[in-house]
Amino acid sequence: MLEELLLNSRQYGNLLEGTWVTIQVILGSFALGTLMSLIMGVARLSRRPWIRGLALVYIEFARGISAIILLFWMFFALPILFGVGSMPPMLAGILALGFNMGAYGAEIVRGAIQSVPRGQTEASIALNLTERQRLRHVLLPQAVPIILPPYGNLTIEVLKGTALVSLITLTDLTRVALVIRQNNVISSDPVSIPILWINVLVIYLILAQVLAQSFKVAERRAARKFAST
Amino acid sequence: MSQIEYAAAQGAAGVEMQQVTKAFGELVVLNKLDLEVDAGEVVVIIGPSGSGKTTILRVVMTLERIDDGYIKVGERQLYHEEKNGELVRASEKHIRSVRSDISMVFQHFNLFPHMSARENVMLAPIKVKGLTEDEAAEKAKALLDRVGLGDKLDHRPAELSGGQKQRVAIARSLAMEPRVMLFDEVTSALDPELVGEVLNVLRDLAAEGDMTMMLVTHEMGFASEMADRVLMFDKGRVLEQGPPDKIFRDPDHERTKSFLRAVLSH
Amino acid sequence: MPARWRWDYAWEITPQLIEGMLKTVLATLLGIVLAVVLGLFLALGRRSERKWVSYPFAWFIEFVRSTPLLVQLFFLFYALPQVEFLPRSISTLSPLTTLVIGIGVHYACYCSEAYRAGINSVPKGQWEASTALNLKTTTKWRNVILPQAIPRSLPPLGNYFVAMFKDAPQGAAITYAGVLFVARALQSADFRTVEPFTIAGILFLIVSIPAAMLVRRLERRVAYESD
Repeated sequence: MLEELLLNSRQYGNLLEGTWVTIQVILGSFALGTLMSLIMGVARLSRRPWIRGLALVYIEFARGISAIILLFWMFFALPILFGVGSMPPMLAGILALGFNMGAYGAEIVRGAIQSVPRGQTEASIALNLTERQRLRHVLLPQAVPIILPPYGNLTIEVLKGTALVSLITLTDLTRVALVIRQNNVISSDPVSIPILWINVLVIYLILAQVLAQSFKVAERRAARKFAST
Repeated sequence: MSQIEYAAAQGAAGVEMQQVTKAFGELVVLNKLDLEVDAGEVVVIIGPSGSGKTTILRVVMTLERIDDGYIKVGERQLYHEEKNGELVRASEKHIRSVRSDISMVFQHFNLFPHMSARENVMLAPIKVKGLTEDEAAEKAKALLDRVGLGDKLDHRPAELSGGQKQRVAIARSLAMEPRVMLFDEVTSALDPELVGEVLNVLRDLAAEGDMTMMLVTHEMGFASEMADRVLMFDKGRVLEQGPPDKIFRDPDHERTKSFLRAVLSH
Repeated sequence: MPARWRWDYAWEITPQLIEGMLKTVLATLLGIVLAVVLGLFLALGRRSERKWVSYPFAWFIEFVRSTPLLVQLFFLFYALPQVEFLPRSISTLSPLTTLVIGIGVHYACYCSEAYRAGINSVPKGQWEASTALNLKTTTKWRNVILPQAIPRSLPPLGNYFVAMFKDAPQGAAITYAGVLFVARALQSADFRTVEPFTIAGILFLIVSIPAAMLVRRLERRVAYESD
């Protein structure tokens, strides 16, 4: 019975290659998204109105736009606006997903920093720390345990979003499956299409679980900083 | 030399508040307040809740900004600076520079929970005063010893009692070598049996005579023992002031009398 | 060198893109109906005290929430017709039906969590009072619990509705003629890339940003009233 649920080794090989591309996309998007989240989340709390405004515009725009539309726009329209011929799909994918992720992450970061008790800010003022020092040494360290759980969920959402890059010709896990499906008619080694897609779903599930567990470990580590030595 | 001259020589700074006004929306909390504290003086402010006494400390610490008036710390204006011979609203840079002479201990300690006691005391000297880690560590150990917590250096705030936390907070403020120290009801959040250990530290500080201290507190015993002057504050103004003997034994105002009666009857 | 942006072309294609947008909105609304109803069913199943019921529901919800919507759409569109024991008439779905079922089921799993949170936030006393008054299960749910749970679930549900709108353009991958599909078709037909996708994006923002603001106002209202 189990055999019927599996594909052959060649197909798994291809799927694994696609999975590796997916992993590269999620890592790149996560890096960019986290950078944007930190910068924009902090910017939302700036004392200068124009910085706050800029961050707000970014957040509204990047959250309001659909990830897939942004992706297509970046891959097809952006290069032309810059006078270049085309953009590597991996770059477009990472830019679009990271940009999109940053908007949601920024709100998580902002909310977490604001939830740190006001007394911590007052103590920092009493000790004459600069705003940057206060943020770096007092507020952010205390915000991290609050940021992690929703940020983990956000990361998994972005992982799901990586499947979209299959639509701009990047050979990620989803695209490999699409190709296998397309070639199945002429293939010497045809595969059951439902089984194919179920396998793909399970691989994504595994990736999601890996992310979820990683965040749980990170959450435990962060909580330990506050407990007894 | 006089007490004040001694204190000033040791580095303490006086605080001079002139016509200070602060309102929160419609509510005027400080109403053209005039208040002078000499270098090295220990001043205790008493009064009912909501009278604005905490706000006095908070505007000196720049946790709130004043709407009107002048505050002088030592020789410099806190909220104003001199530009072409005129007094104008100060830049953030100036405020920060004067603020380095002031420190505050809070009712709810506000220790950094993710750092040990020693790290709490070390952070600001390293980041603001530019001490090396070793210098800061040495200083932290000395100060924590002084407040009786030499054996709790690596403990996190979560492992300390209220009294211990407050003593760490005092050490943390002292590490910045302030010339004026503000204490906002620093024993009000403590269990009664822990109050004494904190008051002892305050007593030592006051006895040394080289630091200007402004305290808002309900601890009348401490006030009558260590205060140079007691201020009765009500509805945004100083109702009366004088040496503890006068205020506690023979106040002029009825309001002071009734307030003291209510507080001391516990 | 052809111009980067041509206003005349932009105005020319806008009506078609708006038509595509309306199709996207249609799919979203249908999907919302499905998600709201199915979500409640999933929530109740998840809460069942019988482990052999609640566990499969939990697994299903977790599975759908952890995997990409796009892949689920491909599964419904390509794989379902190939399943042998289903009659062709049922398993071969039109692009619209596939998209509606796809986002409907996907977001039903999210809505079920919102319902669960809403149900759990109903004070314990309400359950106890229902038992004390000897109410039938259906009465308890219809007249006591759900009327209190649903308003509390509305803000997160609102957020999910907006999210569904943002995911609906993925229907283009299974040939549904939504706004993205139209933009792609225009790109292939007229060889102009910038105008179609930019206008599609703008149309999108015109709908989604006000919708998001509405949800936020709803959030504040509910928070205010529950105090």
